[in-house]
Amino acid sequence: MAVLSLARAADAHAADLLPADRGLLRFITCGSVDDGKSTLIGRLLFETHAVFDDQLVALEADSRRVGTTGDDIDFALLVDGLEQEREQGITIDVAHRYFSTPRRSFIVADTPGHEQYTRNMATGASNAELAIILVDARKGLLTQTRRHSLIAALMGIRHIVVAINKIDLVGYDEARFRTLTADYARLAEGLGFASIAPIPLSARFGDNVSTASAATPWYEGPTLLGHLETVDVEETGVRTGFRFPVQWVNRPDQSFRGFSGTVAGGTIAVGDAVVTAVSGHQSRIARIVTFDGDLERASAGDAVTLVLADEIDVPRGDVLVTPRERPSVASRLSADIVWMGEDLAVAGRSYLLKIGTRTVPARISAIDHTLDVETLGITPAVSLGLNAIGQVEIETLVPIAFDAYADNRATGAFILIDRFTHATVAAGLAREARGATNVHRHGFDVDRDARAALKRQRPLAIWLTGLPGSGKSTIANLLERKLHALGRHTAVLDGDSLRQGLNADLGFDAAARAENVRRAAEVARLMVDAGLIVICAFVSPFRDDRANARARFADGDFLEVFVDAPLEVCAERDPKGLYAGAREGRIATFTGVGQAYEPPLSPDVHLDAAGAEAHALAEQLLAVVERRITGAAGNSEDSAAL
Amino acid sequence: MTYPLRADLAGDADLSALAVDREARPALSPHLKRLEAEAIHIMREVAAEFAKPVMLYSIGKDSSVMLHLARKAFFPSKPPFPLMHVDTTWKFREMISFRDETAKALDWELIVHVNEEGVARGVDPFRSGSAVHTQVMKTEGLKQALDRWGFDAAFGGARRDEEKSRAKERIFSHRTASHAWDPRNQRPELWRVFNTRIGPGESMRVFPLSNWTELDVWQYIAAEGIPVVPLYFAAERPVVKRNGALIMVDDERMPLDPGEQPELRRVRFRTLGCYPLTGAIRSDATTLDDIVAELLASKVSERQGRVIDQDEQSSMERKKREGYF
Repeated sequence: MAVLSLARAADAHAADLLPADRGLLRFITCGSVDDGKSTLIGRLLFETHAVFDDQLVALEADSRRVGTTGDDIDFALLVDGLEQEREQGITIDVAHRYFSTPRRSFIVADTPGHEQYTRNMATGASNAELAIILVDARKGLLTQTRRHSLIAALMGIRHIVVAINKIDLVGYDEARFRTLTADYARLAEGLGFASIAPIPLSARFGDNVSTASAATPWYEGPTLLGHLETVDVEETGVRTGFRFPVQWVNRPDQSFRGFSGTVAGGTIAVGDAVVTAVSGHQSRIARIVTFDGDLERASAGDAVTLVLADEIDVPRGDVLVTPRERPSVASRLSADIVWMGEDLAVAGRSYLLKIGTRTVPARISAIDHTLDVETLGITPAVSLGLNAIGQVEIETLVPIAFDAYADNRATGAFILIDRFTHATVAAGLAREARGATNVHRHGFDVDRDARAALKRQRPLAIWLTGLPGSGKSTIANLLERKLHALGRHTAVLDGDSLRQGLNADLGFDAAARAENVRRAAEVARLMVDAGLIVICAFVSPFRDDRANARARFADGDFLEVFVDAPLEVCAERDPKGLYAGAREGRIATFTGVGQAYEPPLSPDVHLDAAGAEAHALAEQLLAVVERRITGAAGNSEDSAAL
Repeated sequence: MTYPLRADLAGDADLSALAVDREARPALSPHLKRLEAEAIHIMREVAAEFAKPVMLYSIGKDSSVMLHLARKAFFPSKPPFPLMHVDTTWKFREMISFRDETAKALDWELIVHVNEEGVARGVDPFRSGSAVHTQVMKTEGLKQALDRWGFDAAFGGARRDEEKSRAKERIFSHRTASHAWDPRNQRPELWRVFNTRIGPGESMRVFPLSNWTELDVWQYIAAEGIPVVPLYFAAERPVVKRNGALIMVDDERMPLDPGEQPELRRVRFRTLGCYPLTGAIRSDATTLDDIVAELLASKVSERQGRVIDQDEQSSMERKKREGYF
């Protein structure tokens, strides 16, 4: 095969292949099916000597067996790694490739062009600095070209190469190249790219890939490889101060307490003042620890361990920042999202949101609009389907620290996770806080642990859930009497009493029930902060609501107790005459009759309320509670425990 | 073998190839620094988000780098997870002694698991063939071990540049409760925001060296003075030629054909695995610099010496779907 020996003859000296500075460029390739992406990457690998002889032998065999290029080598086969792809001839996933030249190292993410796989392009783009957008010289610009350019811009890519591929198939026509170049310039208007480089090439035959083609004498620009080696992408786009999302609390023993993580923006030096963005505690940097010795300063990208001058509690997920350059801290924000889930995104559904090292329950509270990839125009929308891009409002259960994605990719990027399938359903890019924005919590010196220590107990919320009439209030009453007798500081929150005061404005539909539980949980949390043992008796029929209640507490501060009595038993007892009322139609949404009750799947305590007397059940519960509340006040490492 | 405990990286007396003065070692390039920070970030994320992680230790160069990075990631704490080696009982003897010395020197818990069922059934690479041997002793053995100890995350040293199907693997790669990998149903992996959520019985394989190349690994080993198994350096070793591969006769279990006589050849290994399945290469490379130079001039890929990859088309992908690393 002539092509092979030709390239091998050009073998450079080994030393020349060792990159001098090893600067790194991460780029993606995108285009439609059959635009020739895989072929182009295969060609780049081949021409930079990243393909070994044994791989070439296998490639020749593959080309003969399943290739689509006649007697020539099918470079796409080098890249299309998975079996199914080799058979179907399409790339179905992101593949990463590595090669280097004397000037630079490269990581390429080959991203699929097929429309249903747009999520993979966003994935590849999220870590890239440059995008090669392939255009088939015969077909011109397509919807996909526009979509890919839009995603690239949205994801913060500032440098574009427009690879006008298959130029051989239009007879190396200069006019065609000029037309497509002008078309693209119009398409990219307003997308804010810092550089756009159109290059005419043939991936299959190697024109203008690493050597200037004799067939395009009218083209005076660099070859593709020449451009990739020299394009300046230094401008990082970070416009925030020091950011350090705490990843792992480093405590080998009592004498050392450090916070490990990766600097996500700015620099910090020993002695600098810092503040925890979410909880508002202030301190100074005492040491910057690494395995290779302490550092004087650390900057973006460094993985270090920070030791603070004061003993303050910084849980994983909080962000250390400098006091004068704080991020937004809010529980309502607007954001752009690329929807990747199979189910539609609709307002109201609950997800997990992960930003930096923080994971919190969140919901899409409103969909503002969707972006039309054809016109780049904005259309009102009530839902977002797979591959849709839209602007939404997000509400998190507890406040999070973030920056606008445009200011800092590392602290403005988040993902949404389906709570049941655990699939990543959206890529999110924060825009700005909504609602109360400049409220920064003050870290008070007398905290939960101090208050609890004075009471010689560990605070705890005990959440009793079960059907109306299952015995929650009775058990709550008995349990509190027993705790009180033991000298514990307690309080009881009961559904009925709350509904007469704090929650008097709420009804009984699903949304009102959610709000009822939210307020009750929040009050319980404040009481736990005050050092109390709080017994909460609420029907709280929905799993989601109870999960949200639990999420307000630190690990170990919340005990879910299922008071389990069959519907018939509860209806038989009917202490308040409610079942009778529901059966007669006087009460419309009554749990157990008109509305479902979702029993806990794995409660901390399961009480068989039909099989034992209330006194025995309270004793049983007391035994568990006693174990939890005795001993030293627990140390909560992550207040957003899930 | 001595292990540097922290900043005082000393030369190593036992491994002459590593006896490089600290001053003489090249400083970490910005590129390696970036790869190092990325791997550390990944490891900390696992320690923070999983209940019971484990680090798979295959004793090779990539594993050596991974161990070193783990020590850096959690310093001054010790890495909060044990090491585990799934032993096929056919590893090079030097690998096993290196493994035990390493765990001892680092005072790091090491779990060694052997698929005893496979041993009882008499599975070996000669009579059973490489495919069956690998499936039973490695893939099944790994699944057994993960199930027995209930690990929910396992670090592996695989790199994406090793092989085509690995190029498409995520850094956090989800496994079903039966350890299967579904390449068509992988979670998108955005930025450095890793989705670590798993359901009951499911687990995650995590590859902190995903973005490293073979060259990066050797340059990092040189820069950091990381001990590696001496088999990577050229020496006179007894080998026989089998199907074009130079196989080292590491112990008396190796059946020789009539008239076949092991010859002493100056060879080294580019990758390490089960000795009957790992081809040696002729080499004079006795130092790390030699290895890097040899690598740059090489025209064959790293996995070329591995007998198991060439068993059948797409063999690696098939193994991975079944639960192999």
